[in-house]
Amino acid sequence: MMPTLAAPDLKAVRADFPALHQEVYGHPLVYLDNAASGLKPQVVADRVQHYYALEHSNVHRGVHYLSQQATDAYEGARRTIQTFINAASVQEVIYTKGTTDAINLVASSYGRDNVKAGDEVIISYLEHHANIVPWQMLCDATGATLRVIPITDEGELDYDAFQRLLNERTKIVAVNHISNTLGTINPVERIIADAHSMGVPVLLDGAQAIPHLKIDVQALDVDFYCFSGHKMFGPTGIGILYGKQELLDAMPPYQGGGDMIDVVTFEKTTFNELPHKFEAGTPHIAGGIGLGTAADYINEVGHETIAAQEHYLLQYGTERLESIDGLRIIGTARDKTSVLSFVLDGIHPYDAGTILDRLGIAVRTGHHCTQPIMQRYGLPGTIRASMAFYNTASDIDALVDGLGRVKQMLG
Amino acid sequence: MTITSTIAERSAEIVEEFALFDDWFGRYEHLIEQGRDLPEIEDEYKTEDYRIRGCQSQVWMRAEDSADGTVHYKADSDALITRGLVALMIRVLDQQPADAIVSAELDFLDDIGMNEHLSSTRKNGLHAMIKQMKRYALALTN
Repeated sequence: MMPTLAAPDLKAVRADFPALHQEVYGHPLVYLDNAASGLKPQVVADRVQHYYALEHSNVHRGVHYLSQQATDAYEGARRTIQTFINAASVQEVIYTKGTTDAINLVASSYGRDNVKAGDEVIISYLEHHANIVPWQMLCDATGATLRVIPITDEGELDYDAFQRLLNERTKIVAVNHISNTLGTINPVERIIADAHSMGVPVLLDGAQAIPHLKIDVQALDVDFYCFSGHKMFGPTGIGILYGKQELLDAMPPYQGGGDMIDVVTFEKTTFNELPHKFEAGTPHIAGGIGLGTAADYINEVGHETIAAQEHYLLQYGTERLESIDGLRIIGTARDKTSVLSFVLDGIHPYDAGTILDRLGIAVRTGHHCTQPIMQRYGLPGTIRASMAFYNTASDIDALVDGLGRVKQMLG
Repeated sequence: MTITSTIAERSAEIVEEFALFDDWFGRYEHLIEQGRDLPEIEDEYKTEDYRIRGCQSQVWMRAEDSADGTVHYKADSDALITRGLVALMIRVLDQQPADAIVSAELDFLDDIGMNEHLSSTRKNGLHAMIKQMKRYALALTN
């Protein structure tokens, strides 16, 4: 049995997040929108504030003390992230604006070099628009074809269909590690092994996995892994692209500008080494530093504790929601993270979300940037409650009570 | 409400009505009631041509002009709270002179504590609907 957060520990963890201790419309905030973005522990806010107040200067080019300090902090955070995901080398850790930016980088740079007319790219029905549109754009530009792995009614990938889709024309498989809308944890080890057996690289959209699971990119043997800082309790506007060095080395730069160059003349420019080759312009220095602090914070709480607490919340939440008449949970995969997407008979998700908001309960309603999933289930949208390790059983109870009020007003 | 009352008069009437409730719960129940009472738009108008794009809830709307220079609106939504807001907009703007609609200040939503629904982040189609109502009226005045 893994350790769950006993009451005193939970209280201590909650004390780390100032946002949890405020009222919304006169009710204590119940934050159940963690799949959209995680709240920030005080240490992250403090670290970013300290950087801006005292350490800020441009990185990588100054001869002076402050610039050296900023560079040390920024590059130190990169090493923290390297350890956090167990990358073999720090050169494999590219700072991006976020998951979306990381996927676009791979679709543009790797895609431009490796995908031609007649080739195929495999994604799945579970993807966030961020892992659909960049590949669609690549296919439109190259004449390649987008292949989509269907899902079962439970919201799991149809694995046999994936195996049938994989063929000698496949140039890359890009799927999410965890579905943001349904919470399904995909069998990524198996996907990677099967794709590799055909010589096909795999990109994982790890935006939803990074705040929940311990990620070891070497154990996964994944080729590209993308995630965002803000989902893992770090700053917005910063994210990571992990890529295997031999792949990144062979890829052309994504954007041109300062920091990514070696020698520039009007005739020819040679490019900087990894990871800087993919980091044009003055980066989000504060974001990188704050991200490192967020990774340290997660390590401090502990992945096992996080997993156990969220597993408990998922079980308790599923049980309580299932007891509500007319409520249907969408996404009932066997392997799931702490996401509860659901619909209420005869009640529009927007209406439900509006009433819950008035009760201080933050959920997400709508299509969650996954319109194909909604089309698959024939729904205008769902209500999604997504939990983090700082959520409690009483947050779930507040949601259930709130849904009672919703039904009373709108049913 | 009489046909001859102005946009300002109708808005004031709505503000007065909502002032009878002293909490959000009562105001929302009243809004939802207005939504339930709004006549449904005919199915033939629940199509892409009449749809106003919102991210979360859909609004369908059509407008007709009368010989006397007023505009007659019909609209509907798939979400009940949005429907209530649609009903209020119709109460205020239906059968008003086109030029009055174009220049109408619709801050009564603020006064009844529903302004949050006009925020672009709510994506309920209401903001786009008001724009569209004004656009119809503008087309008539030209």
